[in-house]
Parts: sequence; C-alpha cells; structure tokens
Amino acid sequence: MSEGRTLHVHILRFDPHLKDDKPRIETFELREAPGMTLYIALNDIRKYLDNSLKFDFVCRAGICGSCAMLINGRPGLACRTLTSKLDAHISLAPLPVFELIGDLSVHTGNWMRGMSERLETWIHTQKAPDIDRMEERMEPELAEAIYELDRCIECGCCIAGCGTIQMRESFVGAVGLNKIARYRLDPRDERSDAQLYQLIGDEDGVFGCMSLLGCADVCPKELPLQSQIAYLRRKMVQIGK
Amino acid sequence: MKITYTDVLVIGGGLAGLRTAVGVRERGLDCIVLTLVPPKRSHSAAAQGGMQASLANAIMGEGDNEDIHFEDTIKGSDWGADQEVVRLFVHTAPKAIRELAAWGVPWSRVKAGAHQAIINAQKVTLTERAEAHGLITARDFGGTKKWRTCFTSDGTGHSMLYAMDNKAHERGIEIRERREAMALIHENGRCYGAVSRNLMSGELTAYIAKATCIATGGYGRLWSVTTNATICQGIGHALALETGVAELGNMEAVQFHPTAIVPVGILTTEGCRGDGGVLRDVDGYRFMPDYEPEKKELASRDVVSRRMTEHIRKGKGVKSRYGDHLWLDITLLGRAHIEKNLREVKEICESFLGIDPAKEWIPVRPTQHYSMGGIKTDYRGESPTLRGLFSCGEAACWDMHGFNRLGGNSVAETVVSGMLVAEYIADFCQTPQSHIDISTATIERFINAEQAKLEALIHGGSGEDSFVLREAMEQIMMDKVGIFRNAKELQEAVEQLQELLRRSRNITVYRSKSLAANPALVNAYRTQKMIKVALTVAYGALLRTESRGAHAREDYPERNDHDWLVRTLSSWSDPEQSLPDVRYEPLDVMRMELPPGWRGYGKDLTIHHPDTPTRAAEVEAIKAAHSDRFARQKALSAALEKLPKKYQGRNERLSERFES
Repeated sequence: MSEGRTLHVHILRFDPHLKDDKPRIETFELREAPGMTLYIALNDIRKYLDNSLKFDFVCRAGICGSCAMLINGRPGLACRTLTSKLDAHISLAPLPVFELIGDLSVHTGNWMRGMSERLETWIHTQKAPDIDRMEERMEPELAEAIYELDRCIECGCCIAGCGTIQMRESFVGAVGLNKIARYRLDPRDERSDAQLYQLIGDEDGVFGCMSLLGCADVCPKELPLQSQIAYLRRKMVQIGK
Repeated sequence: MKITYTDVLVIGGGLAGLRTAVGVRERGLDCIVLTLVPPKRSHSAAAQGGMQASLANAIMGEGDNEDIHFEDTIKGSDWGADQEVVRLFVHTAPKAIRELAAWGVPWSRVKAGAHQAIINAQKVTLTERAEAHGLITARDFGGTKKWRTCFTSDGTGHSMLYAMDNKAHERGIEIRERREAMALIHENGRCYGAVSRNLMSGELTAYIAKATCIATGGYGRLWSVTTNATICQGIGHALALETGVAELGNMEAVQFHPTAIVPVGILTTEGCRGDGGVLRDVDGYRFMPDYEPEKKELASRDVVSRRMTEHIRKGKGVKSRYGDHLWLDITLLGRAHIEKNLREVKEICESFLGIDPAKEWIPVRPTQHYSMGGIKTDYRGESPTLRGLFSCGEAACWDMHGFNRLGGNSVAETVVSGMLVAEYIADFCQTPQSHIDISTATIERFINAEQAKLEALIHGGSGEDSFVLREAMEQIMMDKVGIFRNAKELQEAVEQLQELLRRSRNITVYRSKSLAANPALVNAYRTQKMIKVALTVAYGALLRTESRGAHAREDYPERNDHDWLVRTLSSWSDPEQSLPDVRYEPLDVMRMELPPGWRGYGKDLTIHHPDTPTRAAEVEAIKAAHSDRFARQKALSAALEKLPKKYQGRNERLSERFES
C-alpha cells in the first residue's frame, strides 16, 4: 500500500510578475493520504508549505479542464490523478505553448478564445428559430455522434502534446480540428466543406498535422482525434483538388 | 486611475451571466463580462443531469405542460417560492431549451419504438410514439410528476455552456477573464458598476455601467465538503452585502444533494436514481421505500437527504474512516446504459474511487449542493433597495426555489433568468433613471479603498492567517449548519463565526507579498467576505424557528405558515457590526395560484396560515369556472403579463399543435 509514503513533489516555478525571479525547480515533501489526488496534494502544499504557489483548479472533478499540467512530463488533468498511481517523486510543470501566469498556472482561456474566433466555432445559420414552436427534429444517433465530439473540455493537453505546434505556432491543433469536425457533422450549421476549407485547408489547419498523434494519446476525454483528423483531411483534400 | 465605461456590466461568466450578456447585446447595448475563469470552466459545466422543460415529447412526459411543472416546483419549494416568478419560469423554459437547440446543443432525442427502462427496480418496456421521433427526450428526476428533465447524454451543463459561450463569441461580447469584482460602486441607493482586480497583474480597474448584474453562482464553499466548484464562494453575495444597502434573501435555504461520493464530495447526478438506481444500507437493504413508499429514491432532494441521515443515525450506515456513508447501486442499469448516459459518473468512479459502477456500489452521502438563497431581487432581477443592481441564476433569490430546488430546475433557471433579466435590464437602460451621474472623484474613492485594503493585508503586522480562519469557518458550517439544525448548535455557530469575523479584520498575508498573481492574497480577502456570508446563513437559520424544505429544525419540526410564510432579508448596514440586520417580507397567500398545502412526504405537520382556507376556496371556484387551462391560469394569476412581449407566446407541443 502506498499509504503513508513521503511524496517529493518537484515543481517548476517561475513568476513572470516578480522582478528578478528565475525559473527553478522547487521540491516539497508531504505525507501521502489515502485517496490523495494532485488537487489535494497541491492545496496542502499551498496551505502548509508555500502560500504563493500558483495553480488552477475549478471543478476538481475532471469536468472543467482547468488543471491540465505536465505530470512527470506528460500532459494530464491534475485533479483526477491519484498520487497512489505515481512514484514517490512527482515532477510537475506548467503546460507549454500557453502564456504563463505563474508556476503551474497558464492562460489557456485566451488561446482557446483566439482559436474559437478564428474557426468560428458556432452554428452558422440564416434561420432565426421560432422558439414558441416545436424544435427541429434530429435523429437520436446523430445527436449522440455530435455530442461525442462536443465533449472536448479545452484543457489544452492536446496542444501541449502536439509536435506540429512546436514548430508552427499558428497551428490550430487537435482541439481546433475536432471543433470543425463537430460542426461539420451538425446539420444545423450551414457551412459547406468549401467554406470550412477556407478555415482549415492549409498548413495551419488540417494539412499541418504531422500525424504524430500525441494529441490522441493524452486527451483525457479520449476523443477520437486520430480518426477525426484523418477523415477531415480526406474531405478537405477533395475540396482542394 | 483606470475607468472603463459600458452599458451593462455582468459579473460572472457561467450560463446565467452569458445569457444575460447575449440578451442585452441583442438589444443593442454594450456589455462587458468579468469572470474569474474562462467561461467554459464555470460551474455550470458540472450540471450532468439535465434541464427541466415541459416539452412532453417522451412517452413518460406525455400530457406534461407548464401547469404541472409549476405545481411540482411550488411543492418542491415547500411553498417558499415566489409563485409569479415560478410562473414566468415554467412558461419560458420550453423556449429556452428550443433556443439552445437552435444554438447547437445536441439534446438527446426520442427514438420511436420500444426500449427498456428501470422503474422502481423493475425492468419495464416503454414504447415511444412515432410522432415524437427526433424530438428532445427527457428522463425522470426527483419530485416531478412527469419525465421532464431534458439532457445531453451525460454532459448537459457542459454542452449548454459551450453552446452559450460560443454564442457570446459569435456576438462579439467582451469577456474579460481572470478578473474579480472586489466591490460594487454605489451612491445614494444607485449601483454604478464595480471595482475589479486583474488576477494576473493585480491591476485595479473601475467598470462603470448603467446596469450591473451579478451572476456568480452559489456559496457552497462555505462548507468544507460540497459538490460545488472551488470558485463558488459566495463572493457575489458578499459584494451585495458590503454595499450596506442591497439585501440577501433566504440565505438559510441550502440544499444537500443525496449522492455525492465519499470522501471528496464530487456529485453523482440525480440521473443515477432517475434512470433507476437505488440506495442501499450497510446490509445491502433498499431502505427508501420504508420511508417514502410512493416516491422512494425519487422524493425531493431535501427529503431523500434527511431520510438518508436518519437511516445512518439508526446505525445503518457503512462505517469508513471518513465517517458513515450509504451505497448508491446503479449496477442494475447495465453497462451499456451507464457508459452512454452516465459516463461522467463512470469516469468519476474510476478516477476518484477506483471502482467500476457497473459492477460495484458507489459510496455516497448527502453533501452541500445548492444555494436557494441569494441576492434579493424582484421578478425583473433588480434589487429593490439598490437601483441598477441586478442578479440572476443561482446567485440571485428572485425567488424561484423557495426552500428546496428540484433537480433539473437549476440549469433551466440559469438560462431562463438570463433571458428574462436581460430584457428587463435593457428596458431599464432605456429609462432616464439609468443615466450615469457619478463623479470620477467618487469612483476614485472606491478604487483607493480597495487598494488600501489590499496593501493592509500585505503590509500589515503579525495578524491572523487566513487559511486557519477559512478552515475554521468551513468546519463550523459543516458541523452546525447542516441538514438537521437546532438552536443550540446554530447559536454556537453564530457566536463562533462572529469571533472569526472579528479575527478576520486583522488578517496578514505572510511570506507571499506580491500584489500581482498571489493566491494567498486572494484567500485573505475572500475569507473576510465569506465569513460575513456564512453569518447570514447561520443567523438566518437560527432565527427561523420552523422546518421548511431543506431548512430542517429538529426543535421545530413543523412547517409554520402562520408565522414563517416569509422571506428572510439580510443586510449589513454598518461594516463594524458583527451580525447582519434581518427583516422579513411576507408571501401573500391571497395571490397564490397554488395555496399552501402538504407536499406529501412523511407526516403533515403544517401549521396553516389564516388566509389559506379562504384562498383555497377561491382557487377551487376559479378552477371550476374554467375548463380551458389557459383561461383558468389567467384567472388565477396575471403573472404572465409581466413577461417581456417576445416571450409571451404559448408553447407548442405534440398535444397542443399550432395552426401551421
């Protein structure tokens, strides 16, 4: 049993707002408790060892996507990572790519908003709904298929795990391509493939992906990113011909 | 000094705040949303179970309409709700869900033909109508006569929030993330906006607006164990309270959800029981039918939570190092159903408990979940005492839930209240009273006061540690302001919280001295605010010597309409005082569509209001005189005339088709 171990949590720390602060690894030692997650461990560190430690948790239930970080080098959600599944030495670092707020806290929000505005991730329709009347029908299976892709929580893990974006900062990433796949599937969105091609039919979009598929490996929601990107690429190739 | 002017300032970027912003934007107003976190991370996303709206598409919802939704909601509230507000709500909910359908929410749909369901632990076959195929379906939830809770597989709140935030992007709404409102700016009974702190840089900015709307959610984090997200700390309530002018309503009305997992308090949705899951005790025995033979596990949430606590007190709980708990058994639903419609539950069980809920029972116990109380507003969402201050969603008490909220009515309320309050705000902004006539000198005074408070926390001497005070507060609320309450414990809670309040005036932020991103500083000033809010809850609970809905007094077990059919209103007129000012506002029985009665749980202990028999006779006579339900409703209440014109139309259903 892992109960009662001493955990050594090595955290990459840096506060860009403090003059003269330098990136460094700091190690915190704490007693492991049963059922301890990184959410509990980090809050204990903040409460008892260093109250300046910055990190983000909101739902602490794996739903909201706030707490993605590099856990032993791999992007993941800290809140639902049980310490018992990790070695006694745990290394934590902020997600790369995103603007650093401080320590483990990064500004995923503005990145995601930029992506959303660029890809116009909303229903495009000329119709104004008459909300007094019965809703338009949809096949139950189609609604489920759309929801499957709608489950993305914009945690940023796929971006942190992406090889392409390391070389091409303007790449929309799996999160962006999955959104396009989601709206493409949705009959309420009237955009044609030709219009979607304008958004993702280049190296910043679906043709930039090198198919390393780190995104699919680290997605905490296990979204079908591999098949969606491949499918989207085939569809966009047909338009580009 | 940095000042930004706009028409409407929305504080909070969850479903209610975003829908308000979209609504006022559509009316041509400028709007800025301040939010602690990216909107898509708001606690709205955690609503797994569903949204109530009387569409009546599913076969088990056949015959449903606004009137039945109305009755369920009023009974659920234990007659504490404002009946006019509930009438506006039930009328608008179908429109809200249909609007969201058009905006992209992939609502789960009716599939024509036979399918299996679990009802009362028995497998039954339901046959959906061909004419309903492809329309939005619904599941069963506690306290409802019909299956009315619409859902998106296992992620209703998530898909609603994403559609709403995307709509806000489409409309170009200005959303400022990681901004915290520190104080409302107000003068002469008029609210003009807020001082805001940038949580990354620490910069203070005054946002000045014709109308300010607080949509910051509930105050669950006053308790040490809660289903609420870490940001649901009641800060919006504290902002209102600290004006000394705005009032909070029914803060003692707090709901405990029956099935949060032990020990961490993460919610497993009511959909587990709605879809047929049952509760079991230490012996594996299904105990709820003994207590509530009719509704069993699907009695109202407050009732199930109390019955579970009673059963644990009888020694029937399962012992664990984290205290006693009971079991939620969803194994009988089958793996296929769990992995599709309850997948979130499955993920939570795997990640936080290491169990497979298709094979094993889930350890659960009642846990703080929802704040019925909130910023007191009228049906338009405006504070009656502080002009220009609006509030909606869980943050507000307008007052739709009274003393107990039905499952599925909260996400419905966020969107409906956003739709309605946006219109009323836009109407207000067209009146001369909305003009901004506050001087920059006054604005500067508000900013400087906040700056001074922050510096005092950072540079103060050897004061109190806010983490210690926070933990003490959470524990007091946990131990003494819980599911069952009594005078002795509540009195102790109030006294201990008063002591914490005194100590909180002398907090020092140790070690971490940055005025920019600084979690210790945030903890310090929020703790000062939270203790005040906790006092309004504990003191309101102490004073209310009756049991109503989720407010269960062991020493006063009867619902006392004679003395307590009133709404508690708390304010904080002098910053130096250590208890809120409390007054009461009566609910008018003579205007009720559904006069007070018995909810149908346990023994009827109600002490009735003297007007109740009179009004009941009137209502019976009106009902007898009208066979048409619309005419009957109109004769009972003029509430619907208060709706914005655009939402006054009837709702179409399969059984109530419009002429094409």
